[in-house]
Amino acid sequence: MPIVEIVFYLFGTVLLASALCVVTARNPVYSVLFLVLAFFSAACIWLLLEAEFLAIVLVLVYVGAVMVLFLFVVMMLDINLAQVRAGFARYLPVGILVALAMAAQLFILIWTRGLETQVLVYGSQGDISNTRELGEWLFTRYLYPFEIAGMILLVAIVAAISLTHRRRPETKYQDPSLQVQIKRDERVRLVKMDAVEDGEGEER
Amino acid sequence: MLTLAHFLTLGAILFSIGVAGIFLNRKNIIILLMSIELMLLAVNMNFIAFSRFLDNMDGQVFVFFILTVAAAEAAIGLAILVVLFRNRQTIDVEEIDRLKG
Repeated sequence: MPIVEIVFYLFGTVLLASALCVVTARNPVYSVLFLVLAFFSAACIWLLLEAEFLAIVLVLVYVGAVMVLFLFVVMMLDINLAQVRAGFARYLPVGILVALAMAAQLFILIWTRGLETQVLVYGSQGDISNTRELGEWLFTRYLYPFEIAGMILLVAIVAAISLTHRRRPETKYQDPSLQVQIKRDERVRLVKMDAVEDGEGEER
Repeated sequence: MLTLAHFLTLGAILFSIGVAGIFLNRKNIIILLMSIELMLLAVNMNFIAFSRFLDNMDGQVFVFFILTVAAAEAAIGLAILVVLFRNRQTIDVEEIDRLKG
């Protein structure tokens, strides 16, 4: 068996096993970690398909940023595991049934369309850099969608921050407009009182 | 030898696992979001396989945009989740029925 097939079956098995663990793991923290493993294996398979840039982006951006965000949220929330797990066994048969039916339909579709005649051949694409080619497509033909994607990310940042931002009543903070509007009368109080004689002081 | 059907089969199984995850974890929004990520990964796998076998870069450009939108979706989803947990102290989907839809 050539090395390419060994790599495909190895990473494919790891990918599917970790995906199964994601949906069945008892603890959400383990689910996130298995999802990281799944993304990593998928990146290796994408490397096999000569999509090098997207494979690296998947590891750097997705595993490095999005999955860490998931991990933060999972660890920050104090989840009642027993309550969350309730109903798992009840939905198990229907879940497996739907998944198997869907997978069977997709298998029939894939393996009867003659797609298995298209063999993966290396070296047919010439000596083109995947990153360079993707960049040329992104900055010419897909320039406007690319700009819109940047806008979507900006909107997502603004939405996420404005959703989670809150003013805590117990936290003290400064209001500059109130600080500059303050009058002398509001801060300083003059107290009138009689002069007091200090007996010991006079004798000395 | 590896064919297009091999990669599409891998994507199909991955997608089915994602669907099964949505059925199994009806109560935990975090795992629901992760199942959606798995399904998006399966879709991306198909896009890249077709892009490679048809020798066309359009598929990879689409994967790029899907990754962008999925990252935005995950960020906003998790932000909503944090706000929800702060207000209700639960992430159980069945208890989030204030809107009575």
